[in-house]
Amino acid sequence: MKVRQISIFLENRSGRLASVLSEMAKAGVNIRALSLADTSDFGILRLIVDKVEAGVKALKDGGYTVSLTEVLAVEVPDQPGGLAGILEALSQADLNVEYMYAFVCRATEKAVVVFRFENVTVAIEALKAAGISILPAETVYSF
Amino acid sequence: MFNAQAETMPTGELRKLQGQRLRAVVERAYDHVPFYRAKMQAQGVTPDDIRSIEDLPRLPFITKTDFRDQYPFGMFGVPQKEIVRIHASSGTTGKPTVSGYTQADIDNWAECAARSLACGGATAEDTVQVAYGYGLFTGGLGMHYGAEKLGAAALPMSAGNTEKQIMLMKDFNVTVLCCTPSYALQIAEVAAAMGIDLMTLPLKSGHFGAEPWTEAMRQHIEQVLPLKALDIYGLSEVAGPGVANECLEQNGLHVFEDHFYPEIIDPVTDTPLPDGEKGELVFTCLTKEGVPLIRYRTRDITLLLNEGPCPCGRTSRKIARLMGRTDDMLIIRGVNVFPSQVEDVLVRIEGVHPQYLIIVDRQGNLDTIEIQVEVTEGLFSDEVRKLEALRDQIHHQIKTMLNVSAKITLVEPKTIERSLGKAKRVQDRRTLS
Repeated sequence: MKVRQISIFLENRSGRLASVLSEMAKAGVNIRALSLADTSDFGILRLIVDKVEAGVKALKDGGYTVSLTEVLAVEVPDQPGGLAGILEALSQADLNVEYMYAFVCRATEKAVVVFRFENVTVAIEALKAAGISILPAETVYSF
Repeated sequence: MFNAQAETMPTGELRKLQGQRLRAVVERAYDHVPFYRAKMQAQGVTPDDIRSIEDLPRLPFITKTDFRDQYPFGMFGVPQKEIVRIHASSGTTGKPTVSGYTQADIDNWAECAARSLACGGATAEDTVQVAYGYGLFTGGLGMHYGAEKLGAAALPMSAGNTEKQIMLMKDFNVTVLCCTPSYALQIAEVAAAMGIDLMTLPLKSGHFGAEPWTEAMRQHIEQVLPLKALDIYGLSEVAGPGVANECLEQNGLHVFEDHFYPEIIDPVTDTPLPDGEKGELVFTCLTKEGVPLIRYRTRDITLLLNEGPCPCGRTSRKIARLMGRTDDMLIIRGVNVFPSQVEDVLVRIEGVHPQYLIIVDRQGNLDTIEIQVEVTEGLFSDEVRKLEALRDQIHHQIKTMLNVSAKITLVEPKTIERSLGKAKRVQDRRTLS
């Protein structure tokens, strides 16, 4: 259920993102979803890929600072208020979202939102209790 | 102890010996080096005025500039045929300073380097990996001859080729490591990347010097290498490594005072300061023949510790860990800042590996200081606010400790240049118009 996301520290300089992506390409790792958090000096690139271990190894060998973070992927009903309903449930469970990003699943053409919580295990329980289904990790890696 | 008779000499006896040797060296300098004769004459002092070590302050100082003015051999006190080796310091800001050694100089230097190694407990049983550069720089050959004098096995690696250093360290059961402190950390970093656990090796002591380092860096080194990290001091004008070395008490470097007489002076007023006060370190070489050295201003900032007998039994005074250099000292908006202070702050913040670069610039009439810090895995969080909190914490600590407001920039690992020799910690981009 928990999806392993690769987080990479990047300096805010031209060419850094391209360089990470070329490491992934060389290692034959395909990127499923991507988000970049940036500040004026640095950025944090978050990737969900098909081959997590190979991706991490390629980046570490390339000298990047990398960490693995557990996130949850939730399919959002494609209708007005779809995401609002999920966030409402999280709010009622007193769960704070550290960050989130969305992408569209190619196969189902449904919106998928990736959430990062402080405590993943508690979040899983809360989402289940609210009747929100969490996508299995394998499904996310092979979108 | 390598030479217990010399190293545990009662202070009274030591001062007497120092006085005798000083008289001889002053006479030699006056008779054989026109530069010294002119300097002493200008000061109105002759060798006859020097009767004991107490008379030393009557003699003039010499500086690195004097050395450069006498380039190449103007400082030599013996005919060329008596010189058996020549070293020179890196001439980054002009001509190098040249040191010539007689056979007796080489022997005395090797003796002091052997004493230094013995300060860490080394004996003839040990294998000493010398990872200081071999060449004009005194680090490599100095420790090499010291190891041989001790009867230990010298492993002349020189600096660089880190993978091979690690392989031989392991395969040859090296017990003593000599290199710069930043290179010791580099060795540990590379070993970790190679999957080699250095903590299981039989290393017992490390003699680290040739660049400023900190107490916090010592703790870091001792966490990644299974050895006692000891501070060693030396400079080519005086001899080379082995002028002073820490004993296992690890609180100050014993100066081998029967050869090198230390003074501390106020770098601005040039007046001698009492033991315990911080100032510029000045050395007089009491036995040197090749290049007599009298009251040489090292530009290193430290203080003399005179706290009574050391538990190790050595009677010589100790110098405290170097606090900076008179010429490395950055004056930023009127505040004196030493790179070592910045390093101290960084190492105290958990997880910050001391790879950093200080960039000083001037915008308009205002000095700006930026400190780049490498983000290692231990520091990294994938949440922006946590990284920003880390940056703010470093900023705050620097502000508290140094009283300057620095821009802190987090940079990717390995973007700051690693050093095999001396670490480049400062970039001063200020151009004064």
